[in-house]
Amino acid sequence: MRFSISPEMATQEVQPNETLSNLKAESDTLKTKLEDERAKLHDVELHQVAEKVDGLGQFIMKTRRTLKGHGNKVLCMDWCKDKRRIVSSSQDGKVIVWDAFTTNKEHAVTMPCTWVMACAYAPSGCAVACGGLDNKCSVYPLSLDKNENLAAKKKSVAMHTNYLSACSFTNSDMQILTSSGDGTCALWDVESGQLLQSFHGHAADVLCLDLAPSETGNTFISGGCDKKANVWDMRSGQCIQSFETHESDINSVRYYPSGDAFASGSDDATCRLYDLRADREVAIYSKESIIFGASSVDFSLSGRLLFGGYNDYTINVWDVLKGTRVSILFGHENRVSALRVSPDGTAFCSGSWDHTLRVWA
Amino acid sequence: MTIRTLRDHGQHYRPRMACLKKVEAFVVEMQDPKSGVKASDQKLNITSIPHVITGQDILAWIVTKMKVTTEEAQAFGTMLVAYGYIYPLQNHRKLVLVADSTLYRFQTPYFWPVQKWPAEDIDYAIYLAKRNIRKKGMLEPYEQEHYNNLHKWMNYKWDFIVMQATEQYKASKERKKPDRVVLDCQERAYWIVHRPPRRTHSGMDYGLDRLIDPNAEEVLTYDMVRRTNIFLTQALMRSAVKSSVSLTAFVKYVTTHHTHDPLLTNPVPSNPWITDNDEFWQLNMRNVDIPTKLSVERWALSFWELISDQRGRADFKLFLKKEHSGENMAFYEAAEEMRWGAATAIPEKSQFIFNTFLKPGAPRWINIDGRTMGLTVKGLDCPHRYVLDAAQTHIFLLMKKDTFYRYLKSPVYKDMQKKALVPAPHNFTDAQLEANAKNRNPGISPIVLWQQQEAEKAAAAVAARPIDVKAMVATNKLDRK
Repeated sequence: MRFSISPEMATQEVQPNETLSNLKAESDTLKTKLEDERAKLHDVELHQVAEKVDGLGQFIMKTRRTLKGHGNKVLCMDWCKDKRRIVSSSQDGKVIVWDAFTTNKEHAVTMPCTWVMACAYAPSGCAVACGGLDNKCSVYPLSLDKNENLAAKKKSVAMHTNYLSACSFTNSDMQILTSSGDGTCALWDVESGQLLQSFHGHAADVLCLDLAPSETGNTFISGGCDKKANVWDMRSGQCIQSFETHESDINSVRYYPSGDAFASGSDDATCRLYDLRADREVAIYSKESIIFGASSVDFSLSGRLLFGGYNDYTINVWDVLKGTRVSILFGHENRVSALRVSPDGTAFCSGSWDHTLRVWA
Repeated sequence: MTIRTLRDHGQHYRPRMACLKKVEAFVVEMQDPKSGVKASDQKLNITSIPHVITGQDILAWIVTKMKVTTEEAQAFGTMLVAYGYIYPLQNHRKLVLVADSTLYRFQTPYFWPVQKWPAEDIDYAIYLAKRNIRKKGMLEPYEQEHYNNLHKWMNYKWDFIVMQATEQYKASKERKKPDRVVLDCQERAYWIVHRPPRRTHSGMDYGLDRLIDPNAEEVLTYDMVRRTNIFLTQALMRSAVKSSVSLTAFVKYVTTHHTHDPLLTNPVPSNPWITDNDEFWQLNMRNVDIPTKLSVERWALSFWELISDQRGRADFKLFLKKEHSGENMAFYEAAEEMRWGAATAIPEKSQFIFNTFLKPGAPRWINIDGRTMGLTVKGLDCPHRYVLDAAQTHIFLLMKKDTFYRYLKSPVYKDMQKKALVPAPHNFTDAQLEANAKNRNPGISPIVLWQQQEAEKAAAAVAARPIDVKAMVATNKLDRK
């Protein structure tokens, strides 16, 4: 076959429509091929493997503490590594640090913006980070002096082009991972405010993120309004895995304690479990009677229980292995917006739009 | 008013309100004259209002239809009220379902939350103006506030608004009294849901709008599709594990950790949140002398569990000291510090690590293969936070696959297993529990603990420095006699 370089070729423009449809066709074939490959490895279902596991007996959990003090909707909360302190943020811009065991308020900061949707406690217990509609994430070092004005030492770390939806410290106080409504996640150096790595790939607002607990500690997951949950490599900024089985916005993602799976809660009223090693969704936690979206999910220490806070003011407790609902907890008077299990698994705390936080055990 | 069929009037479901489609279908069934909730006429302030339902009837119907418990049905019923599908006739500001003879009515579909138009401020202004006329200026405080606000920024339209309001008011006066009362109730209920007064929890108060419009068509650009293809090709090259293998791993993890999960197995001595006694936390602190048996068992589950627990890590370091291979753990910790630390500290830390662990003849030289050593040292010319990754992984795997198992068989660990405490479970009487609740231990602030830890680390760093013989001789500390 003879190739002749004709003058037209040099000036030939890429026909966008033609190549776009070719690409789309290629994309579809690749997707089906990937699904077939994964389906070949899918030889058993989770509940089948879980048949030999004993069922959980009667499950009774009660509210052990009610933290009152916020004047408006509680949007986010996080535990301190000392297993008893909590930081929570609300719609009116207040961020409060509580000793949940004694229910005392230890510190309070007023942010210059409303809707503080993200807050996190530093691993050392010496600082908190928060952000929201101001598009920034700020770190406030905490002090032992009760009268000190914490806002004076505030450090502005992250800058996004839209609202901040979630933030988390990595293994030290020196780095923060943030996700934003502008569709990106970013890793920041706290001391200098420098952007270390940015993560692009979501086509819509990113609503939540969680860092891997495993020994390699190099990945994190994020969930967004494009119904996708992505797994990212922190070092290279690449998206390693992506799961798109939800039917609506993903409000919350949380790693399984072993780091090999994660759960997500979404507005389509389901929570789903994804296996990272098998690269597929392995369980759906839903019921006909649960119609309103799940806003926040977390695992118990062993990974047997999945707690989900829903928009119909209830908390559903799921048996992760068997896929059944173990219990439903009532108590909040408005939707549950944040739910986290304590670091040693002795209790979990739920924050709600009814201005309170409850600790359950 | 009852409706029998659900006709889609081209309604656009609001973002994040996809759940309402199911709720709507449900509400239509509730209103079915034969199989729905029983309605009756009730007298309210002289007028007789048609199609009134009681709270307990609604609850019973939901329980039968959805086959759920009473509490769940109550929660669902409250959602129906919170979204405005059902409204209470008396205590109209509290949007909850009360399961007794409290009276409710179904809201007319015109006012359902799924309608295409959002509750505009101009409609609210007209409503408030109308109410103002009717009540002769006596609006509720929150309504008055809204009215003043709207009057201020909608001033240019105010004539139009007042005109509309008077028209509607006149039209309503021409209706029969029962109709008028019903329409007023419906409109008031609608506005309570869409402009909730303080302390009313309304379902339509759904927070911030997300940036993306879910009803917009997704535009796939050339670039996006190309990236998707690259991602899919890479995904195909990656190998996945068989489901049976990974799922069995989950089951194994859950079973081994079952006894360690405080929510599944009662912790000993007791769960601090339940008994208000924090002995459980005190026994598991970082610097406790004798750890509990449960912690010691947990250390044996995996190397990661051992070093994640600070007390376990301390024990492991003690073992390494006895084996004279403490440099591995020290290197791992130093590398971790560099990886997660501040960007400005990287050059200084990399220099320290090189001098202490990597250079030939270093005081705490780590034993890694030549290739890794070469790569690492070369990388240290331009240090970045991940430059020690290869060496760190090597050392970690060495500790995990070899040192860890030797530790488990060592006298250090076996000794600890024998000494470990098994605290007796607490058995508090009610009076004691009450006393506990009053005397909750405030504990130590994490800031203080952190400062203590940092001081300890600094002292350890000083102690680990190589001894300078010449300096000691100079200060006469080393007596050669």
